Amino acid sequence: MAKKQPVISDEYAENITRVEELAYELRIHEVMTENVYCLDPDIHMERALDVFQEQRFSGAPVTEAGKLIGILSIEDLIRALRKSDLEAPVRDYMTTSPVTLKEHDPVIEALKTFARTKFGRMPVLDEEDNLVGIITKGDISNGLLDALQRDYHAEELIRYRASHLFEDIVSSRTSLILRYDIRKGDFIHGGNASSKIKRALLRLGASPQIARRCGIAVYESEMNLIIHTTHGGTLRVEIEPHKITMEAYDDGPGIEDVELAMKAGYSTATNEVREMGFGAGMGLVNIKRCVDEMRLVSTKDRGTNLYMIMYLNDTEHSKTSD
Amino acid sequence: MKLTQLIKLTNGKLLTNQPVDYIEVAGAMGADLMSDVLASIQPDAVLLTGLCNPQVIRTAIIADIRAIVFVRGKNPTKEAIQLANEEEIPMLTTKLGLFEACGILYQAGLPSFEKESHKD
Repeated sequence: MAKKQPVISDEYAENITRVEELAYELRIHEVMTENVYCLDPDIHMERALDVFQEQRFSGAPVTEAGKLIGILSIEDLIRALRKSDLEAPVRDYMTTSPVTLKEHDPVIEALKTFARTKFGRMPVLDEEDNLVGIITKGDISNGLLDALQRDYHAEELIRYRASHLFEDIVSSRTSLILRYDIRKGDFIHGGNASSKIKRALLRLGASPQIARRCGIAVYESEMNLIIHTTHGGTLRVEIEPHKITMEAYDDGPGIEDVELAMKAGYSTATNEVREMGFGAGMGLVNIKRCVDEMRLVSTKDRGTNLYMIMYLNDTEHSKTSD
Repeated sequence: MKLTQLIKLTNGKLLTNQPVDYIEVAGAMGADLMSDVLASIQPDAVLLTGLCNPQVIRTAIIADIRAIVFVRGKNPTKEAIQLANEEEIPMLTTKLGLFEACGILYQAGLPSFEKESHKD
């Protein structure tokens, strides 16, 4: 039987933190210290002591013609001091064949090696075994913290760029159109499109109130497409600097009595739908309450079009309360 | 009210994996009908519900709900928990009934965030 691989269960995977993910994503060269001070193997230990004291080093790699040949740590200096042997060359006291890391390995390799060897620092080599840097546990902590901060800034940046979209692109009439295909009976994903629409609006700079009201309107429309249509339908959102136009349309079966459908509490939904927390005849009423304008056009056996408009920065049209 | 305090009061069990130490809810609503929740809940509330499907979490995303409490010892599906983790909406389950859980929280000073429907 083949050797058993460690199995990561779903439950375990759910608990993997972003920091752990980053330890696999980040490469050693991204967090290591570059331009490392290297010692010449033929200088005296006395000189190395001066350098350590001046630069506050606790260790440094020893190189000969660019190649790493050893590492000198404070422990090695102490040994030389004890023997009053500071005239000796570094070569005599350095630790030879130190444990090294490759620059393109993930940070997790460094963490594993630190745990295994108890060294405080490790030289990092490139593909040709040239010394390119040195890594400490402190470098790893700093690198992970920076990466976490970048994650945070990335979302901020997306939001910033998106909110300037309409200023950056000039035309007589600029609009952004989002389309989502909604499948009949797909309760599992019900609301997925609406969540995306809400997030898009926030990124584009809509106020939380506007995003929330549009979100509720398209969510109810999305559930209507899932519940009532023959083949599903489409959600279409057109975003312009002054208004948001949302449309939900399908190709059947159409609403027999539009006026009746608009009445609070009127519903044709099945028990199954009601168990999902919908189908109480409140959807269209909710939508009407949220948006500035709403129009429902339906033809029996042809389909239904629901138009919803939200005006931005226009007190004349827009509802002020939320 | 701090979510940690709410967990203590309802003897609840946290189902999601993000830390909740700093999360606070401003009010609460108890309901099983998501259309009612969408119509009536004010932002930053905790929703207490006996409904246990991904629609509850979608509703929370859309309606700016801060946290979800499942009553009567209900447990949502794995997919629902995963969605809540992705969207960073804390969820917990309590053995208390909807009425009792709401009563305890109301008594502890958490206000109702259920406004009258269809009032603009």
